[in-house]
Amino acid sequence: MTTTHETNTEQVMPTDTVQDAAPQGQTLQTAVTPERVDKISAAAYRIRHHALNMGEVQGQGYVGQALGAADMLATVYGDQLRFRAEDPHWEARDRFLLSTGHYAIGHYAALAEAGIVPVEELETYGSDDSRLPMSGMSTYTPGMEISGGSLGHGLTIAVGMALGLRYQGSSARVFNFLSDGELDEGSTWEAAMGAHHHQLGNLTAMVDINALQADGKTDTVLRTEPVTEKWEAFGWYTQRVDGNDVGALLAAFDNAAAQAAAVGRPSVILCDTKVGRGVPLLENREKAHFMRIEENEWQICREQLTAGYEGKASA
Amino acid sequence: MSTTTEAPDTAAAAKPKLKTSAMIASFADPGQKTSNAPFGHALVKAAQENDKIVGLTADLGKYTDMHIFAKAFPERFFQMGMAEQLLFGAAAGLAETGLVPFASTYSVFAARRAYDFLCLDAAEPNLNVNIVGGLPGLTTGYGPSHQATEDMAIFRGMPNLTIVDPCDSIDIEQAVPQLAASEGPTYLRLLRGNVPTVLDEYGYTFELGKAKVLRGGNDVVFISSGLMTMRALQAAKALEAHNVDVAVVHTPTIKPFDAETVLKEINTDRLAVTLENHSVVGGLFETVASAVVAAGVGKRVVPVALPDQFLDAGALPTLHDRYGLAVDRIVAKVLAELG
Repeated sequence: MTTTHETNTEQVMPTDTVQDAAPQGQTLQTAVTPERVDKISAAAYRIRHHALNMGEVQGQGYVGQALGAADMLATVYGDQLRFRAEDPHWEARDRFLLSTGHYAIGHYAALAEAGIVPVEELETYGSDDSRLPMSGMSTYTPGMEISGGSLGHGLTIAVGMALGLRYQGSSARVFNFLSDGELDEGSTWEAAMGAHHHQLGNLTAMVDINALQADGKTDTVLRTEPVTEKWEAFGWYTQRVDGNDVGALLAAFDNAAAQAAAVGRPSVILCDTKVGRGVPLLENREKAHFMRIEENEWQICREQLTAGYEGKASA
Repeated sequence: MSTTTEAPDTAAAAKPKLKTSAMIASFADPGQKTSNAPFGHALVKAAQENDKIVGLTADLGKYTDMHIFAKAFPERFFQMGMAEQLLFGAAAGLAETGLVPFASTYSVFAARRAYDFLCLDAAEPNLNVNIVGGLPGLTTGYGPSHQATEDMAIFRGMPNLTIVDPCDSIDIEQAVPQLAASEGPTYLRLLRGNVPTVLDEYGYTFELGKAKVLRGGNDVVFISSGLMTMRALQAAKALEAHNVDVAVVHTPTIKPFDAETVLKEINTDRLAVTLENHSVVGGLFETVASAVVAAGVGKRVVPVALPDQFLDAGALPTLHDRYGLAVDRIVAKVLAELG
């Protein structure tokens, strides 16, 4: 799972446990306990359920991506980020930057799970005058740090935020969620170089590798593999995990947190995920950037999701 | 060849000295009063008073006078390497944390290469990101790769962006703290190195968003920005010998544009001429023309501007003469217009 193991004796860990709405912040010796896994798995289930409901209202949306990334989002919001739900602009918060703006459906579900956006507001997703537009924008939504959507921007902004927070003596960390399709963009690699050059140990990138982009499979559009070796060559602390395995995600984020330092190596967690994860009907459907879901299928999707989750939970 | 009978060294000596196309050519006239690196020194001064100011560059610190700031405040300076998308994305990120970044590169790279990052990361969230663009318009002989002849045309369409085209060291010194203090993103068309000092003779102060009448005149009114205000003042003096009385209105802020002051000066029976170090497309001329049309003023406006084409490489004086920015060319154009 982990491709790089290093001990950093100079880590500067956040010691305050100020995460109000979400669980306590990480500690160095955190173990991946069944309780943590269960808690995050339950959050991921709710995020998926929210995403299906939101998709049904619009009759479309990036439901496949949201289902695939739900475990990553649940882990980072439920276990890692320090934030205050009632004060999304709290100065000492960790920053979560969604550069894949079209993943907003999943991000909104995670924001609802985190208590930053009311659950009942989710049904406005993509509607006129909603605070939850189809593509994520910072000016619309509480807790949305940047306007993503033009891919390849997130990591460049993250570099600036990490520099700015460090310069101002903040121990806040910066997390950037990006996709494997986004690795096509040269700017992502400009930022990867810059983060290493400036020793941004307070920066963590999480890459959703679903091997799919707008025109088809990633390896037919523009081959990005070997992804792990690329990030390692750019000087990042690199881990690659099953992005739909909550236990593996927690362990990887714990490792990244243990690496975190004001001055150190930036960290990347490469997460192999499955589009439509948790809903067999969609997992087995032909993969597409916009997944086709018929009107009568949304309820089937929800039932399959719940059956799978409860089956796993009772197993 | 006629030189075949001469010794080779004699032939070389007889050749006229070639004009060279230096990358960083000063447009100061011989003997003109100048100030060295006014931007760099102004940024240092502003940063002494505002601890939120930080500086970045994309491997062009020495060529955008950012090195002055880097030396004064090494801990507040971030070298981003030759990576302009990162430069401006990171500038936006710094601004997101409450800092006031000034990010420098050449205008061509800011406008052409990094537009998407400035537009979406800085302008859409209206962050205080200050773009500092070197070699604006025709201020280098290096040809189209370095000549940002359409930078204002590109940037004028960007919502929230303030655009400043300074004339001289006075403009730059006074603009920098105002750009830092203003909300939202800004673009400064940098003049670097030994920059002429011109406007001190006119009781002038730079005010962001304001045009200023530098001199009155009964026959012609010049509306100018950037280094062309210096040329406009020189041309106005030269035209005195032809008994032509020329007013000069300096409009260093291109956006938002002080249409009120400019329209008041244009809406007379004087010949109206715009002068800019920029393509005739999308710059000061069209800014003025659209203000005139929108106000319902039926008035012809004559542009002095660079042609809508990729320009030659060469020595700057040669090129300014070729493309009509030289004082003699301006004088000739005005006299022709007046018939």
